[in-house]
Amino acid sequence: MTETLLEIAGVWKAFDGHSVLRGLDLSVARHEAVVLIGASGSGKSTLLRCINGLETVDAGCILLDGDLDVTAFNTDMDAVRRRIGIVFQSYNLFPHMSVLDNVTLSPRKVLKRGSSESRDQAMALLQRFGLAAKADEYPDRLSGGQAQRVAIVRALAMEPELMLFDEITSALDPLLVGEVLDTVRELKMGGLTLIMATHEMGFAREVADRVCFLDAGVVLEQGTPEAVFGSPREGKTREFLSRILK
Amino acid sequence: MSASTTAPGAPEVYFDPVRQAHRRKRARRDALVGMASLLGFVLVVGFAISRTSGWPLVQETFFNGSEFIATFPGLLDAFLLNVRIFLIAEPLILLIGLLVALSRDLRSPLLLPLRVLATLYVDIFRGVPTILVIFLLGFGVPALQLQGVPNNAVFWGTAALVLSYGAYVAEVFRAGIGSVHSSQRMAARSLGLTSLQTSRYVVLPQAVRNVVPPLLNDFISLQKDTALVSVLGPIEILRQAQIDASSTFNYTAYVGAALIFIALTIPMTRFADWVQARMRRRRTMAGAA
Repeated sequence: MTETLLEIAGVWKAFDGHSVLRGLDLSVARHEAVVLIGASGSGKSTLLRCINGLETVDAGCILLDGDLDVTAFNTDMDAVRRRIGIVFQSYNLFPHMSVLDNVTLSPRKVLKRGSSESRDQAMALLQRFGLAAKADEYPDRLSGGQAQRVAIVRALAMEPELMLFDEITSALDPLLVGEVLDTVRELKMGGLTLIMATHEMGFAREVADRVCFLDAGVVLEQGTPEAVFGSPREGKTREFLSRILK
Repeated sequence: MSASTTAPGAPEVYFDPVRQAHRRKRARRDALVGMASLLGFVLVVGFAISRTSGWPLVQETFFNGSEFIATFPGLLDAFLLNVRIFLIAEPLILLIGLLVALSRDLRSPLLLPLRVLATLYVDIFRGVPTILVIFLLGFGVPALQLQGVPNNAVFWGTAALVLSYGAYVAEVFRAGIGSVHSSQRMAARSLGLTSLQTSRYVVLPQAVRNVVPPLLNDFISLQKDTALVSVLGPIEILRQAQIDASSTFNYTAYVGAALIFIALTIPMTRFADWVQARMRRRRTMAGAA
């Protein structure tokens, strides 16, 4: 049976009096890959940021693993973020550190791992994603695709239970999108639970267990990729898909 | 990065020889014209000055060779005190500047007093001329006749420079912290680092790097401002030059003192320029990646 890892119930979030999330509900099972689609401003990024506490919600609750309430007043957000990884559109690597130091920083400082242990773990991850040769390079010497893969490895080094991807291919040269998507595909095969906001519809169709169409701050329609892409029920979903797949 | 490929057998770079010769010729011509123009300018200005009626007197009182030789060793000796003031003041300034900058950005309500104090300090010491601070501390504190507080002029002169420059350097550090994009802090926090760890390992190292050029600028300024301590009486280089000038009614010692300052500040200025240029290059490279 599927076990729920993340339960989002009735989440509201407004910026400057304008509501971006309007009572959004969503639940994600362990090992599930959920892809969020929708127009810019439909709330995809805001939702991801609320899930790991980079934004506080105005109302509603987000429960991780049935016991940890991300939205409670007294929650230790550092503890939440240790369990939830996020990768951003603009890689946000630390430019003053080598690739290896980028990856080992939080295992060393947050998980208090020894430097040789964290180094071995980081090298194994870099090796797995074809980045071992770049371990001593600085971020300004990487291509966009390499930088984004390092950002993914950096988040993975914390061994998160849930991984969030916020339009991670949107800033990339079209030629470099493939290598990043390959990385995500491999993570999905490894069984990692992931929520991904993306405009890559072909990839969404291939990798997603479930596709959620966000509109005006709620999940308007969700289902298997075949259902949502093949025969969307809602007019707005059809309209969005016809515009983006053109 | 583009995946451009050259046809097999084609050279890596190709430069039309005629175009290359033309470019070389133009560079040579530009260099010649520049040198000639500079030489002409110096000659005209030099001639004009030497023709003024006051020039012989100025030459005698400011550029007197024997006077220069007589006073220069004493000036160099006195300059050691300036160097000592600078070397003691600079590390303290950096320390105070960094601590004040960090205090001004504190968010914890419990630490509000520290934040208010830091803000007041910067407001006051940036607003008062350095020479006034030197007067007030140098004459004021010893007059209080406090037990266990030194009443030595060099001590209070240096303390005044530290307080005055500390306020400026604090603002430089704060600008540096502000120049690190907020997405860096967000990325660090999302990896589970605490706020303190984020400042320590992610924000500050980048902030400090960004403000090295303006900090070097302040160093250069401080080197010169050590001369302000002369108003309290210790025999540093400006004081020594004043003594020389008033005993012979010849001002050549002032020119000697100026030369000594320049000998120290020009290499420092060039070094600051070099650092700045290097950082701009690195940033451009980072932007292209």
